[in-house]
Amino acid sequence: MENLTDILLRLWETSGLFLLFSDWRQPVMIALACLLLYLGIAKKFEPLLLVGIAFGMLLANMPGSQMFHPEMWDEYAAGTVTITDIFHNGGMLDILYIGVKSGLYPSLIFLGVGAMTDFGPLLANPKSLLLGAAAQLGIFGAFLLAGAIGFDANVAASIGIIGGADGPTAIWLTTQLAPDYLAPIAIAAYSYMALIPLIQPPVMRLLTTKAERECKMEQLRPVSKRQKIIFPIVVTIVVVLLLPSVASLLGCLMLGNLFRETGVTDRLSDTAQNALMNIVTIFLAVSVGGTALYYRFLTPETLAIIVLGLLAFEMATIGGLLLGKLMYRLSGGKINPLIGSAGVSAVPMAARVAQKEGQKANPSNFLLMHAMGPNVAGVIGSAVAAGFLLAIFGI
Amino acid sequence: MSIGDYLFYSFVGICVVFCVLLLLMAVIKIMMYEPRAKGEPIPEGAAPAPAEAPAPPVPLAPGSAGDVKLYDTDPRDAALIMAIVADELKKPLNELRFISIREVRK
Repeated sequence: MENLTDILLRLWETSGLFLLFSDWRQPVMIALACLLLYLGIAKKFEPLLLVGIAFGMLLANMPGSQMFHPEMWDEYAAGTVTITDIFHNGGMLDILYIGVKSGLYPSLIFLGVGAMTDFGPLLANPKSLLLGAAAQLGIFGAFLLAGAIGFDANVAASIGIIGGADGPTAIWLTTQLAPDYLAPIAIAAYSYMALIPLIQPPVMRLLTTKAERECKMEQLRPVSKRQKIIFPIVVTIVVVLLLPSVASLLGCLMLGNLFRETGVTDRLSDTAQNALMNIVTIFLAVSVGGTALYYRFLTPETLAIIVLGLLAFEMATIGGLLLGKLMYRLSGGKINPLIGSAGVSAVPMAARVAQKEGQKANPSNFLLMHAMGPNVAGVIGSAVAAGFLLAIFGI
Repeated sequence: MSIGDYLFYSFVGICVVFCVLLLLMAVIKIMMYEPRAKGEPIPEGAAPAPAEAPAPPVPLAPGSAGDVKLYDTDPRDAALIMAIVADELKKPLNELRFISIREVRK
């Protein structure tokens, strides 16, 4: 018969507390999850996503929770395990992760984003598309830097996409190219999106003169309902013909927008914007957070990704601003270069920052609607960039 | 992959993004182009001509006061608009002059 000491010792060794301190990285990850929860709740950093991501991270890193099994997904990638096995043997987060792995959640989120987006400012000023394209410099600049410091091309492409400032696109591409890096990339993307009001203004002020920031833009011309209905259909046909790899992401964005604009699918538009979007956001956030397991997350690569992500955002802002400056010159001072910074996506935060900076320089300046054009163009631009990277490195 | 390869893919990538968005820009311009014969009325959605013929007198909305003319606008909406403009401009209302407020119909 065992003595009391042995029993207590065995109880201690099987407890979560013992397991917690068996590896220093576990308490660190729990503390990090709590910090992200604090940032999401108290500081309102993209709370709709960050709270779910942080809680998923907390759940997955609780000792003995068995919520997520990355090794099982490695075996799935190697072809030795099937989805049925994952359903039978996986934890709750493994099952939710199927929607991430298949690219379902990011596409459904885009459906909701499309239903919430008014492409009117873009249609009223099609030149905005160029600013949205220039801001993709962040993606390719970060890709280049990541490659230069030794990341594989697949991982470099996934790091680069942080510069698209578009969470669903970043998750969509990373799950297909570098799933092991999903958590740091998603966290970097969403954290920096929340920090846009801090990241962009110094660069905006540095790269533009006061006269440029003061520039007032003419009122946008009205766009008819018919044009708004045709737009998503035409974009889908044109872009998917050129880049079929982006069909699910861009197709859903445009379908959502079509629901919004037709005037005969209001119920569907409402569901895509609210109920569906909220449900998918919960699944996406918790399962992405769950992939941040301590032994895969706390690595020097994560630190490098965080730094490269910041650089990607700055380069994206610079790209948009530089083209904005060029357009300011070419138009004879009719285009405020600040709206170029909104080309980084992060709808509508980046457009709001452009509006705020413009109004600081000239209180009678109203740039918001003008900045919404490049802002939504940035969403299309980053999806195109993701499609390109997937077509090249997804083989 | 060498750094040269990364540079090459980055260059090609940004060119592809520009080309696709340029193409979309051209498509939008075609979509927005609405030909009309001389003298034909302006179609819905087109920008109004700057030198538009003066519109027939529209009765002022009830509640119009002073110099502000309200066309198809509730006095309550007009008050809200004026308050928002004053707040955004950080100027007191009595230092601003509103000529007219008209609802723009699409």
